Amino acid sequence: MSRSTRRAAGIGLGTVRHVVLLAGALLMIAPFLYMVAISFTPNSYVLTTPPQFVPENPTLGNYAQALDAQDIPRYFVNSLVVATISTAISVLLSSMMAYAFARFRFPGREVIFRILLVGLMIPAVMLLIPQFVLAKHVGLLDSLGGLVVFYVAGSLALNTFLLRGFLEQTPAELDEAMQMDGANAWTRYWRLALPLAKPGLATATIFTFLACWDEFAWALTIINDPEARTLPIAIRLLAGQGNNAVQWGVVFAASVMAVIPVIVVFLVFQRHFVQGLVSGAVKG
Amino acid sequence: MTISSLQARAAADAVAPGPRPRTRRRRFPATPYLFLLPGFVLFAVTVVYPITQAVQMSLYDWRIIGGATSEFLGLANYARALGDDHFWLSFGNTVFYLIATIPPQIVLGLVVALLLHARSPIRPFLRVLYYLPVVTSWVVVSLLFRFLFADQGLINWTLGTTGVTGGDTSWLADRWSGMLAISALGVWKGVGWSMMIFLAALQGVPQSLMEAATVDGANRWQRFRAVTLPAIRAAMAFVTVMLVIGAFNVFISVYLMTGGGPAGRTDVLLTYMYRLAFGDLEFGYGSAIAVILTLVVLVLSLAQLRLFRDRDGVTP
Repeated sequence: MSRSTRRAAGIGLGTVRHVVLLAGALLMIAPFLYMVAISFTPNSYVLTTPPQFVPENPTLGNYAQALDAQDIPRYFVNSLVVATISTAISVLLSSMMAYAFARFRFPGREVIFRILLVGLMIPAVMLLIPQFVLAKHVGLLDSLGGLVVFYVAGSLALNTFLLRGFLEQTPAELDEAMQMDGANAWTRYWRLALPLAKPGLATATIFTFLACWDEFAWALTIINDPEARTLPIAIRLLAGQGNNAVQWGVVFAASVMAVIPVIVVFLVFQRHFVQGLVSGAVKG
Repeated sequence: MTISSLQARAAADAVAPGPRPRTRRRRFPATPYLFLLPGFVLFAVTVVYPITQAVQMSLYDWRIIGGATSEFLGLANYARALGDDHFWLSFGNTVFYLIATIPPQIVLGLVVALLLHARSPIRPFLRVLYYLPVVTSWVVVSLLFRFLFADQGLINWTLGTTGVTGGDTSWLADRWSGMLAISALGVWKGVGWSMMIFLAALQGVPQSLMEAATVDGANRWQRFRAVTLPAIRAAMAFVTVMLVIGAFNVFISVYLMTGGGPAGRTDVLLTYMYRLAFGDLEFGYGSAIAVILTLVVLVLSLAQLRLFRDRDGVTP
């Protein structure tokens, strides 16, 4: 094959490749575009055919209704508070555990680590029943506190694994040098280990925050009080059960508001997403 | 460790230029435990204890209402599951979801990763688009797909106008079409994840081997079979195991798209378990199903890991 025909073939393949990739990407993105379009469509036009990807009579009414009548701002704040506090506590506690595993040899280290491993392998939904009974006994039902405690619990094992990996990669010599200078373990952890593990902390923070922000099953189980609803619960209630009475425009207006922070976080911290995935412990 | 050996160590330290970290740590054996304490206590109470509780509750006719006594049943709840038609229907639907979602996610994820692997100016942009469904909340996309698969929804309209079907399928009103719609969501949301793992794995394919194969006259397919596939085997194992675990855990999409309906025909194991526990207050029987599900997942995961390991001696 001559150089020029090979190059022509390369260009041909490249074009086919891009067409296939773009078609696939369109399939990925089309449902979102449709959702945004519906969120600007007056409710009476929602199921018209042919479907309108650009609404003919665009309206902000769905957003106004979601914001005023449906109390979405309150649920937004609930979700934000729960996700922020859970993430902060989880990352703190798991980074402490990760530091112990990465920098110390002590009796029981293996056993404790294996117990955490079991926690990783038991899927969250399977613990719903006993955790519900536990939460009932200690009075954590129907409260944001009940969400925080179990969100932290559910993310501890994963974050510990993730952060242990990052902490083990940081050089032990620095830790030993600080030790000789008389720094105690807490100082070494706080002043040295944590700053060195910043990329790991960022990854753990982002994944934990998004998991808490989106969590549904546990909130569905323990939250009845309208004041303690989180966004996923509120959006699900907007969509009701049957198809006919649902105001899809409002549902998707609320959905867009719930999804935008996630997309922003993802776009800004893309690098950490890839890092977290590749470290092999995270399923988004 | 005896006292004399401690003394010997201390003496050695006195002679050695500066203390060695190991001996330093021995003097404060409490330190690592103090770091572990808060996290591990919380973990023990809220995760480990409930695991044991799940097993215990599955042996009882468990009463959640205060004052009522729970009756010990032994393995009766497990026997009940084995003879429960609806348990098997839910199990069948879970297996359907597994088969309908995992191969497409692996194949499509790998194809997209291979296409995206080569350099391209729009590669970062495309990667974001494919990954977007992965980061979006299950609740939002489940409702979105319920809307898309509605009788007058976008899917029916598209199929109707292109003449593939009459455009009048009631997707969510029948067992198999409902499971198909739920599986479509699973594939759409998951492809980006497997793509990302494969993309990372492709970075590790040895370029020298690739060039050697090309020199030897191997075509694209032969290079893929002989060089690429073996090099990404560990990633393949990881993706498969995680997808199997994920498929057995399918819950939100079913709960929100069909609610297990019509009449429980699209129930999967977890929606059935959920309704038993929090609808019918059958906590003991629900726990038994949860335990069975956990055991199935554990056994399958271990079997897959062993399978992948045996084939090429590589631990994923």
